[in-house]
Amino acid sequence: MAAPWASLRLVAPMWNGRIRGIHRLGGAVAPEGNQKKKRTILQFLTNYFYDVEALRDYLLQREMYKVHEKNRSYTWLEKQHGPYGAGAFFILKQGGAVKFRDKEWIRPDKYGHFSQEFWNFCEVPVEAVDASDCDINYEGLDNLLRLKELQSLSLQRCSHVDDWCLSRLYPLADSLQELSLAGCPRVSERGLACLHHLQNLRRLDISDLPAVSNPGLTQILVEEMLPNCKVVGVDWAEGLKSGPEEQPQDTASPVPA
Amino acid sequence: MIRRVLPHGMGRGRLTRRPGTRRGGFSLDWDGKVSEIKKKIKSILPGRSCDLLQDTSHLPPEHSDVVIVGGGVLGLSVAYWLKKLESRRGAIRVLVVERDHTYSQASTGLSVGGICQQFSLPENIQLSLFSASFLRNINEYLAVVDAPPLDLQFNPSGYLLLASEKDAAAMESNVKVQRQEGAKVSLMSPDQLRNKFPWINTEGVALASYGMEDEGWFDPWCLLQGLRRKVQSLGVLFCQGEVTRFLSSSQRMLTTDDKAVVLKRIHEVHVKMDRSLEYQPVECAIVINAAGAWSSQIAALAGIGEGPPGTLQGTKLPVEPRKRYVYVWHCPQGPGLETPLVADTSGAYFRREGLGSNYLGGRSPTEQEEPDPANLEVDHDFFQDKVQSAWAGYYDYNTFDQNGVVGPHPLVVNMYFATGFSGHGLQQAPGVGRAVAEMVLKGRFQTINLSPFLFTRFYLGEKIQENNII
Repeated sequence: MAAPWASLRLVAPMWNGRIRGIHRLGGAVAPEGNQKKKRTILQFLTNYFYDVEALRDYLLQREMYKVHEKNRSYTWLEKQHGPYGAGAFFILKQGGAVKFRDKEWIRPDKYGHFSQEFWNFCEVPVEAVDASDCDINYEGLDNLLRLKELQSLSLQRCSHVDDWCLSRLYPLADSLQELSLAGCPRVSERGLACLHHLQNLRRLDISDLPAVSNPGLTQILVEEMLPNCKVVGVDWAEGLKSGPEEQPQDTASPVPA
Repeated sequence: MIRRVLPHGMGRGRLTRRPGTRRGGFSLDWDGKVSEIKKKIKSILPGRSCDLLQDTSHLPPEHSDVVIVGGGVLGLSVAYWLKKLESRRGAIRVLVVERDHTYSQASTGLSVGGICQQFSLPENIQLSLFSASFLRNINEYLAVVDAPPLDLQFNPSGYLLLASEKDAAAMESNVKVQRQEGAKVSLMSPDQLRNKFPWINTEGVALASYGMEDEGWFDPWCLLQGLRRKVQSLGVLFCQGEVTRFLSSSQRMLTTDDKAVVLKRIHEVHVKMDRSLEYQPVECAIVINAAGAWSSQIAALAGIGEGPPGTLQGTKLPVEPRKRYVYVWHCPQGPGLETPLVADTSGAYFRREGLGSNYLGGRSPTEQEEPDPANLEVDHDFFQDKVQSAWAGYYDYNTFDQNGVVGPHPLVVNMYFATGFSGHGLQQAPGVGRAVAEMVLKGRFQTINLSPFLFTRFYLGEKIQENNII
């Protein structure tokens, strides 16, 4: 057993930092045996003592507040250095990477530090943003939407990007050509429906979206909606049953006894 | 277990042997007696209600600070905001009385679930904008420890309202007001419409307004269950029963012009249990009328409208139930995934349902065609084509000006209204709940000023007409 503090995980696992796996709604999360026992004790304590419940509630609210703090709108920075500088700073602070036009990719290192030289060329428009694994949410998109000439946006595995956020992407319709939503646990086919504003999109990656109920059918409908765009990531034939011509083959070759 | 439960005086502190293990056996029913003793002791201990004589656990409590009549989305929203805005934890005791816990006839569950900001009144637009931000952050507002997050199944596809020649000018001015309040609405000409949605028949359409953000439709049942769960965790009590009587005390007072007026204050609510004559008198300080389509019956119980017509005493609450049909049909080559909720010049509307080419929609009937609201049977002839399925629901229709009634009654001073929204109660529920809670706790509207929606406008004859009713 790990250190005592680690075993006393006071915050419900779904809200602990990155959300691992699917958001299971309604049904119980299937945990391993040891975790299940710990969680029942915690649940028992929460149901019996107001103090434990209040403490857990407070910790939950603090987790949510931390995400909000990360997604503040940098209006002062925008006044000082323009929209591209403010947007780039926001992405780099979150842990993503930014590429200005005709320049190299700027990435933070593993400690979160990044080179500050981009302040010198913040009149240059930002061409590509790689916001994979960042905690961007609806409010944080304020900073992204200032980058009017963005051509490529990657929101892979962003756990707070949901359908509401996708409905906000339409101001980038003139310039956005590449969008990747692979692995976002909260994006469903309803959010994909509002991507029809992005008529200049040439490549859309919708692989591994656990909240989409029928990936094959969704891919067909999205392709119909965006005729000039190449939709990758889903095989529309997945989930379809094999046709009748396959079955006689099985009956022809008898199973050896 | 019984060792810890027995108080020190009884027995010898610690039993040496469990009962039922006596040598030689006994013919008495030890196990039954032991469980009865355990039950009696548990009821004596603190934290449990003492029901030694009579079991009253199914009845509502005898005292409650606020009684909310009606447990639909508006009633639960008021309960939630009362608990959220109270000055100290546990300061207010709230009881929600709902006649039907299956919500079989409640407007919330039967609603199409749309939310849009395209109204003509600025207050309606602000309410809708706040509700959109509430729904967006619903897992922060309604977070309960250990409960799974809510999935509202929100479709952000927007609303598309079509206008004919004669309504085009009104639509333009409405869109101007909406943009001023902060809604993101764009105007489209018939050519742009055909470009964007090639399946639209633009005959007779002069202008269209398309909501780009914060508009769409969601699952109202999920919102209801989420509110219920959160509100229960905050300590609000629920009761299944019907309000049959209000006991009030009156006081004669003089106005500033020396005219006598009788002010009433409700001090007891009689809640009758389902399928029984048993009722519980609940002493209360404030009553909130959120009974939806049946609000006028509750108002009549409180004596609102008993008086000569034309006076303040004789002004009834003009909310009545109106039946509306919703039909579901299948159309294999229909509009694609990006279809917004389209509302025609004639008032007919439709939207997509799911991935499989199913559509649902309906139309508000004209005054002559109003169906009988006695039951929720569907008239299939109203829809002139083949339907997959259909249902009907009630609008809590305000016959005066089709806008909600919010706030206290001038004469029955502790009855607050939150009803009469005529088909857009669901999308304005969070904002209205907060407004009523502010009125109850602070005495005035703080965030959104809903004073045009007060009851007094029925007496003064000031209509605030909303033009965009679907």
